[in-house]
Amino acid sequence: MSDETNETTGAGPERVIGTPPPVKSGALLASGGGDTEEYKPGAELDERKAKKDERIVALFFLLAFAASVGFMVYFIGWSGRNGGMHGLERTRESNFWLGGLMALSFLAMGVGVTLWMRRLMTSVPIEQARYDMATDEETRSSLAADIKQGALDSGLGKRPLLRRTLLLAAAPLGLAPLFLLRDLGPLPEKRLRHTYWAKAVAKAKEAGKPGVRLIVDSGPEASAPLKAADFNTPGGMITVLPEGIYDLGHDALTQIAKASTILINIEPDKIKPVKGQENWTVNGIIAYSKICTHVGCPAALYEQTTHHILCPCHQSTFDATDGAKVIFGPAARPLPQLPLAVDEEGYLIATGDFPEPIGPSYWERG
Amino acid sequence: MADTSLPKSVSGPLNHIDDRLGSSNFLKRNIKKVFPDHWSFLLGEIALYSFVILLLTGVFLTLWFKPSMLEVHYHGSYGPLEGVMMSEAYASSLDITFDVRGGLLMRQMHHWAALLFIASLMAHMLRVFFTGAYRKPREFNWFIGLGLFTLALLEGLFGYSLPDDLLSGAGLRITQGVLESIPVVGTYGYMFLFGGEFPGQDIIPRMFTLHILLIPGIILALVTAHMMIMWHQKHTQMPGTGGTEQKVTGYPFYPVFLAKSGAYFLFTFAVIALLGAFAQINPIWLYGPYDPSAISSGSQPDFYMGFLEGSLRIMPPWEIVLFGHTLSLSVLIPALVPLGIVMTGAAVWPALERWVTGDHRNHHVNDRPRNAPTRTAVGMMAVTFYGLLWLAGGNDIISERFHVSLYATTWFFRIAIFVGPILAFMITKRICLGLQRSDAATMAHGYEAGIITMSPEGKFEEVHKTPSAAEIAKITSKEEPRPPLPAVDANGVPAKGSKGPMGHLRTRLNMWWNADTIPIEGDGRPHEHHEQELVEDESRKELTR
Repeated sequence: MSDETNETTGAGPERVIGTPPPVKSGALLASGGGDTEEYKPGAELDERKAKKDERIVALFFLLAFAASVGFMVYFIGWSGRNGGMHGLERTRESNFWLGGLMALSFLAMGVGVTLWMRRLMTSVPIEQARYDMATDEETRSSLAADIKQGALDSGLGKRPLLRRTLLLAAAPLGLAPLFLLRDLGPLPEKRLRHTYWAKAVAKAKEAGKPGVRLIVDSGPEASAPLKAADFNTPGGMITVLPEGIYDLGHDALTQIAKASTILINIEPDKIKPVKGQENWTVNGIIAYSKICTHVGCPAALYEQTTHHILCPCHQSTFDATDGAKVIFGPAARPLPQLPLAVDEEGYLIATGDFPEPIGPSYWERG
Repeated sequence: MADTSLPKSVSGPLNHIDDRLGSSNFLKRNIKKVFPDHWSFLLGEIALYSFVILLLTGVFLTLWFKPSMLEVHYHGSYGPLEGVMMSEAYASSLDITFDVRGGLLMRQMHHWAALLFIASLMAHMLRVFFTGAYRKPREFNWFIGLGLFTLALLEGLFGYSLPDDLLSGAGLRITQGVLESIPVVGTYGYMFLFGGEFPGQDIIPRMFTLHILLIPGIILALVTAHMMIMWHQKHTQMPGTGGTEQKVTGYPFYPVFLAKSGAYFLFTFAVIALLGAFAQINPIWLYGPYDPSAISSGSQPDFYMGFLEGSLRIMPPWEIVLFGHTLSLSVLIPALVPLGIVMTGAAVWPALERWVTGDHRNHHVNDRPRNAPTRTAVGMMAVTFYGLLWLAGGNDIISERFHVSLYATTWFFRIAIFVGPILAFMITKRICLGLQRSDAATMAHGYEAGIITMSPEGKFEEVHKTPSAAEIAKITSKEEPRPPLPAVDANGVPAKGSKGPMGHLRTRLNMWWNADTIPIEGDGRPHEHHEQELVEDESRKELTR
């Protein structure tokens, strides 16, 4: 027990190696060497003291019982009053009482058992022999003989045809999961290359329009198309989606996870146009994919003074004025840019999909 | 003592079972099994009890949780989200929280128990490593432990993702991004796990099955094996507590250890219940349902995922495009390398140590960490490596709270991750040797009692005293390094193990392992003359250089 302190007892100051000197005898949870002899299991019990200790232990057990009763009483009597659980207040209250009483019950019982063990148990330390795990040579060789005999008896060693065909027969079983699990999901094919913007633009062009309108991402009910004139203050940033994406039903969330786009308004003279994408902005309004090219978190933070787009997950930082080039952090590629224009009614539209796959890099991306 | 007969109510069932199973033989052999005492032996017990609590609270949660991604309107008793579209998984998590009595308590206890489970696993593994308790014959249990740890991380990640709130969805999105980056099979793995594109409709039900059935099933099986092997091999013992390689000492399983463990289980349960009652964790109702285009700043995973998060954050943006294929090193390296180094290192360590030291003996008495300085230093290297990555996972929080530039913080970690472990190795080794030196001093002239005496001539002297027997046993448990591996065998031919490049490497590693040691000499009795001591100290210094 006394693994950390000197067992020197007696008067006078003592330097103790390791933990501080023993606490007062009778302390509940003294550290290793803190026990005086009378409180170690195995010590001779003084019956009068033991009686007292027994009562203390019993007190803790009674406390545990009382806490459990309290738990039940609260549960039946109070937690369900006025029509049961409702809302934050009642949840907080019942969590406090149920958890507190449960903890008290366990705690009191634990303390009781500990005191019982430390003060009333008379077991003494014992020792037992350790044995080598290794079996003796004789048994080993006798086992070896049995194994060999079995191999001979079964003919497994002697009949290679049997052995090999058995292995052959068993092999397909190992491959079974490969087949059975095939329908876990579709093959990747080209689906990571495009977003819903492509489909939406194509649909709009079929209908004779120049492109698909941008809607502000604020839920299926509140989303409305956005006019260029309504987003004319430099420094602004909002999240937009292609019109019609909320009509996709259960597929909507999956499409939003790819098509989510940030719209930023920058002073037009600050924008350094990317080659081949010079006319993709409208009066300083520029659109980038919101899905970070690192591991796909939404790059949702925009600092208007520096024009930096920051992904809060791993701090990849992109320069909004310079084609969303990476300035810092683990992302390796710029956020893809969405070609913007304005239709005859003044609404912002996208005239095509992102020119390259959005989101994290993958093997087939090229 | 005389009367050894049991009351009928006990002997009856006992005999009933014994008639059918012959169980008395087994019980007789095991009922008084000796369990050595040391506070650090309880770390693994915390893990075990946390796991039991996880199973109990987890079963409770499954009774109400709906693992479905079907979109519904919320109409529960939490007002602020009334009418909001969300997945059934999130809606049912809210119901458990606000409409089931004790539901929030069980949710919070489940989460706290998960954190405690992994934290205690880590502490237990460190204890086993630093005391050398993984050595022969206990390697199997070390491997099982590594498996348990890996599964626990995975189990935690899946459980964290199930409620489908904004934060858990972000974690899932990162998982998907990492999966996607794996060369050749990444996109296939992604499609097959999610049943299509992220987030799809399948991932929550699939993770639910893995989280409540498959992984806990394997964990339970491994825990059982772990315990049975431990029982069979008998527990290791700390030096200086009476046990030797041939015998184990301590209190018997029944009744002392049983009572102790029982109390310990109750304490673990009580602490988790206290946390569940008073310490809020993962308040999902504040985060809202998952929306792939939303995120909050300062997002943090559970603590055990922090090291992966950190390694992702400090990685520079490396990406290679070769022959039309993209190799996303900025994701691949941080996702695989740190975990790979630590887990592979831990897995090969026992065999590596046997090979380097040539020590193939059984070890039942643990090492004191100071007495195996090389091992302790390597362990601290791993701890530092992990710790720095973990801290780097909070680089945004650190930079915000301490008003340091985010980029500077990141750059600090980029450099520290290489320098820190090396420093840790050197410092730890020095500390170990310093402690050995202090042990050697204690054995050479007793310990300093803190009493100053003045002689009639006016000379002041500190009284030295002989340490207790237990202290001496502990200090003298140090085993001096075994002699270097023989370069030549009995016939003068270069020994088998020292030939070729591998043999050369082994000899070098062996020298490195044993490089420094402070021999422990003396009997711990104070010396008459202090001058002698000084001379001895000098000669000892010679030895260590």
